[in-house]
Amino acid sequence: MSATAKIKRPPRVGDNPLFRTILIAVVLVVTALFIVAPLAVIGFHAFSQGWRFYAATIAHPDTLHAIMLTVVTALIAVPINTAFGIAAAWAITKFDFPGRRLLLVVIEIPFSISPIVAGVAYLFVYGLQGLFGEILADADVKILFALPGIVLASMFVTAPFVARELIPLMQAQGRDLEEAATSLGASGWRTFFSVTLPNIRWALLYGVVLCNARVMGEFGAVSVVSGNIRGQTNTLPLHIELLYHDYQTAGAFAAASILALLAVVTLVAKVALERRGAGRRPALAAPVAVLTENAK
Amino acid sequence: MKRLLLVGAALAAILAAPLQAQAADKLLNASYDVARELFVQVNAAFVKAHPGVTIDQSHAGTSKQARAIVEGLEADVVTFNQVTDISFLVKNGFVSDDWQNDFPNKASPFYSLSSFLVRAGNPKNIKDWSDLVRDDVKVVFPNPKTSGNARYTYLAATAYAKEAFNNDDAKVKEFVTKLFDNVPVFDTGGRAATTTFVEREIGDVLITFESETTGIRKEFGADKFDAVVPSVSLLAEFPVAVVDKVVEKRGSRDLAKTYLDFLYTPEGQKIAAENGNRVHDEAIAGEFKDNFPNVRLVTVEDVFGGWDAVQKDHFAEGALLDQIYGKR
Repeated sequence: MSATAKIKRPPRVGDNPLFRTILIAVVLVVTALFIVAPLAVIGFHAFSQGWRFYAATIAHPDTLHAIMLTVVTALIAVPINTAFGIAAAWAITKFDFPGRRLLLVVIEIPFSISPIVAGVAYLFVYGLQGLFGEILADADVKILFALPGIVLASMFVTAPFVARELIPLMQAQGRDLEEAATSLGASGWRTFFSVTLPNIRWALLYGVVLCNARVMGEFGAVSVVSGNIRGQTNTLPLHIELLYHDYQTAGAFAAASILALLAVVTLVAKVALERRGAGRRPALAAPVAVLTENAK
Repeated sequence: MKRLLLVGAALAAILAAPLQAQAADKLLNASYDVARELFVQVNAAFVKAHPGVTIDQSHAGTSKQARAIVEGLEADVVTFNQVTDISFLVKNGFVSDDWQNDFPNKASPFYSLSSFLVRAGNPKNIKDWSDLVRDDVKVVFPNPKTSGNARYTYLAATAYAKEAFNNDDAKVKEFVTKLFDNVPVFDTGGRAATTTFVEREIGDVLITFESETTGIRKEFGADKFDAVVPSVSLLAEFPVAVVDKVVEKRGSRDLAKTYLDFLYTPEGQKIAAENGNRVHDEAIAGEFKDNFPNVRLVTVEDVFGGWDAVQKDHFAEGALLDQIYGKR
């Protein structure tokens, strides 16, 4: 930092070298202790019995199935919740209707209640002793202790993620651009894909990433409705617990490292998408495109 | 996104297919949470003897398992470590009243007991329950309010004290209170208590099932810990039962019965013994007698008058356990 830069900049609160050093040090230490160290421990323990043991744990049919079940759950739950989140955010921010505020609160409920409550609530609704239990049993439809239950529980827990990211942004952006597009003759879908979507895409992407991470990592709600059947309804987080309880510490950490890896893949995918998108023209140009096209 | 949905749906269909297609050549065994290794071996041996059969396993705390079955988890057989959790299934009409007569030894193919694990060389010279109330001894076991394992510890200690003090209730209570005072931390479950003892190195003695002490020594090093079996302890049964409601629906009663019978065969008993459980088969018990020192076992029925009485006198709200535990 040169001396001229120092003179040019107006002084700010806390802007002295000592404060800065302490602040950075505190953040670094806390990050190292609370985020990096536990992750490093996972890696260390995962390989504590060597590569071969690690590979054998991962290649075990139960582990492979747990990975696949977790990925499938995410492949179903995330798109549905994304569509729901966009629809909810769109409805809340672009339209006025009675009960709008109430809807806003209801969507956020899964954020504030414990996942275990969600799981138990599903038991009371779809369980044999529950609300629809007998009807479902008579029709021989299995919701709980099978894939549908796991997906439903995951979706409940992650329902607010996308909407929560979009609503503040869409509120701030207002309705002007959509109204302009509509008045210029664009259809609803056209308005959405050419105007709204480009404006919200980064927030949407972030919401999807969060949603996906949470679906893959969800333990509490899924634990209640899964039935813990090895090789059938054990998701990766449940499988990790099972191995851990079985004194298979290294195996548990090996499976945990895969879960961490899935999270990293999600993050890398997000960054890659951002990079690709960054080169495009600014989103605000879209209404102009609609305008010029319709003028022809 | 549409493509993603399609892929998801396709994968879901593949995954869901085996869940739907159930024939009577398949069983689901709902078992307790630390029995994975045991049943991996049991099932492999069973399938070898009965080719074409598949045994699926579900593992969780047995109270959770019982609840799940009542809510629709289609387990054909249960292999639990708590009699009370099968009683819950009986109350809800999933298991017949006289399930304990369906298989030998009150439907308990193997058993264990509350036992001690001490640090190598037994530096505090801990031999029996009476040593656990010494001022210089720190004891580790989980919270009896949340752990079935610890409820056995509590009952075994109480049973010992009842004998030692000739059923003098005041002295028994004092003994057990003193034992609880020697526990520096109550974890929620057996595994967490093991971690406290083994990895955080807290305490001089860990009380848990004898079958567990075998696994702990295998995992963390047999040279680091010694197993100590007290003079008297409480019989911990591992009860099994056919879930009537499920096998009737699925037509799997015969296979379910064959499977549970297998646990009583010499082959099944040997696998159980290898995993630290005491067995009834005399030949197998003789083969493993070095692993299982002599101990006098008392039962919940003899000492406490059955599980219902235990529930009422000891574990109910405000009962003896609350009075002792609440003092801390």
